[in-house]
Amino acid sequence: METPRALPWPGLIIATSSAFLLMFAGFALPYALAIWLVWCLTLWISQPADRVVEAELDEDAMSRQNLTGMIENAQSPLLLVDRTRVVMANASARNLLGEHVVGQDVRVAIRQPNAVAMMNREGNGEAIVTGLVRRRDVWRVIRYALDRKTSVIELISKTAESDVSRAHTDFVANASHELRTPLASIIGYAETLSEHPADIDEKTARKFLDTIQREARRLQNLVSDLMSLSRVEAEKHDRPETAIPLNELVERSAREGAGPDRADRVHVTHNGEFTVRGDSQQLEQLVRNLVDNALKYGRPGTPVHVELSETAMGEAKVVVKDQGEGIAPEHLPHLTRRFYRTDPGRSRMSGGTGLGLAIVKHIVERHHGRLDIESELGEGTTVIVRLPRDGTGEVSPVSPLATATGDASQSGQDRPNEGDNRTAS
Amino acid sequence: MNAEHTVKAFDEDITRLRGLITEMGGLAETALEGALDALIRGDEKLAEKIVADDRKLDTLELEVDRLAVKIIALRAPMADDLREVVAALKIAGVVERIGDYAKNISKRVGRIEGRNRFEPLTLLPAMGDVAAEMVHDVLTAYAARDPALACEVIAADKKVDAFYNSVFRNLVSHMVENPATISSAAQLLFVARNIERIGDHATNVAEMVYFAATGSYPIDDDVEES
Repeated sequence: METPRALPWPGLIIATSSAFLLMFAGFALPYALAIWLVWCLTLWISQPADRVVEAELDEDAMSRQNLTGMIENAQSPLLLVDRTRVVMANASARNLLGEHVVGQDVRVAIRQPNAVAMMNREGNGEAIVTGLVRRRDVWRVIRYALDRKTSVIELISKTAESDVSRAHTDFVANASHELRTPLASIIGYAETLSEHPADIDEKTARKFLDTIQREARRLQNLVSDLMSLSRVEAEKHDRPETAIPLNELVERSAREGAGPDRADRVHVTHNGEFTVRGDSQQLEQLVRNLVDNALKYGRPGTPVHVELSETAMGEAKVVVKDQGEGIAPEHLPHLTRRFYRTDPGRSRMSGGTGLGLAIVKHIVERHHGRLDIESELGEGTTVIVRLPRDGTGEVSPVSPLATATGDASQSGQDRPNEGDNRTAS
Repeated sequence: MNAEHTVKAFDEDITRLRGLITEMGGLAETALEGALDALIRGDEKLAEKIVADDRKLDTLELEVDRLAVKIIALRAPMADDLREVVAALKIAGVVERIGDYAKNISKRVGRIEGRNRFEPLTLLPAMGDVAAEMVHDVLTAYAARDPALACEVIAADKKVDAFYNSVFRNLVSHMVENPATISSAAQLLFVARNIERIGDHATNVAEMVYFAATGSYPIDDDVEES
């Protein structure tokens, strides 16, 4: 506020000369002086104060560069559209829709019919679209018309909200059955033991107790898996930011996943150093689950290969390969569904909860990666996880393919449980 | 490709052409998602709406044709511009077909009886998902002129085919065991067939995207690459 108010020189001169004129015309000096004073006072008051403030802002804060910076760094994706052409997209929009949208028709960026219909109309408007980037995401598209031909389009994600309701129904449908089965055996055996203690010999009692213990342990695993699944799912939409050196993590968690007894079966190879943006706990769990699966379903004594390498598109690729019976092609698409089992009996015997791959899938999704499972009967199964490296964008602006083929999050719609278990058995 | 042309109107025409194609794609994609949804939930209202909306796709296809011919006639495009226009012409036709298949699926929604007890219905959503994902991806690939993503779409067609075989076998055995439901099961067979065709068409679009971006057609070895 240091700039002094500029004096209105022309006004002052006119006022002074008028005062002299009045004196020549015969006015008394006090009169002329009074008129001069009042004149100057009005000049002073009418001096526009806000013009000074505006000038000051123009120079520093509201510079073009700063305004551009403000738009560029805004969190919500913004597009500036001239008629139908995108002339500017801020960083967030380019990240979401891809660099290519600038200069293209706005329909190339947002092709959903209701949004297109909204943009064809004049003036402000908004539309809810699904599948803007990933197939199931939900966005609110808002259009502010600046003038007849220019408009701003703002995108607001609504995916998280629409997911919540579906996740609830899903969970109740799937989990209650799985939780009830072990509970039923525990209660049944415990009742038998307590109601007819005399009729049961030592050996049978031992067997019953073992079963109770096994089922209880299974229940425990199930609960802890459900916990981690729901945790991953809760954080699904905030992408982790920490840079994590992948090599060391894979090495360590592969060994952990195997445990001391099976560690010699796991072979880890590194082809290059990789850093990814991620949540280290979840990535560890991902590798542990995959290695545990591979060891469990590989033939006893056969090695499991874990390989870390770079894909043609420059992402980090973790490949876990076992030598087992393999999985029949008709099961492959469903593997990442919760509680899906190709062979229910065997999976339960080995302590599986049916959630391992579902957790893996969610972790991969959260890291904006892709999950692919390939298998050949009699040869073995290969699980490929691709993760974008730190500093790069996405693996590609779409959701994992393997996910699409057996997406657990959709199981609510297609009431899969009865049907699936039948196909699986 | 992104370099501007001396004639600004040419730029505008190409941009509009691409805009029209993606708009068609958006319509087809929405129709497919809606058709699958209507099928699973037995929502006949939604199905009717999809059948009615298909007309928009036809109008747009005509518009693309007209614009593409105009560009070729007036501007004599060369090299990648020509590829772009040719690809647009072909893609418009294929996308329109995808919309037709979605319409066909919607038409069958009302013909499935006793849907609550009809378990083969649970086989189709997963298959539909893969196809819808392919359509979504290929449109994204077109928008971004991304040949790598196009290759992934081509690779994903195998999954749809595998699904089709599995669904086919399942439906046939279901028909054998429950002769009473044969007519409904047959409808589902057609739906599965339609979805399989959509997968093939998405692959066709992917090939055109690849062609427009690179000037050559994808070789199978490229596709095998993970």
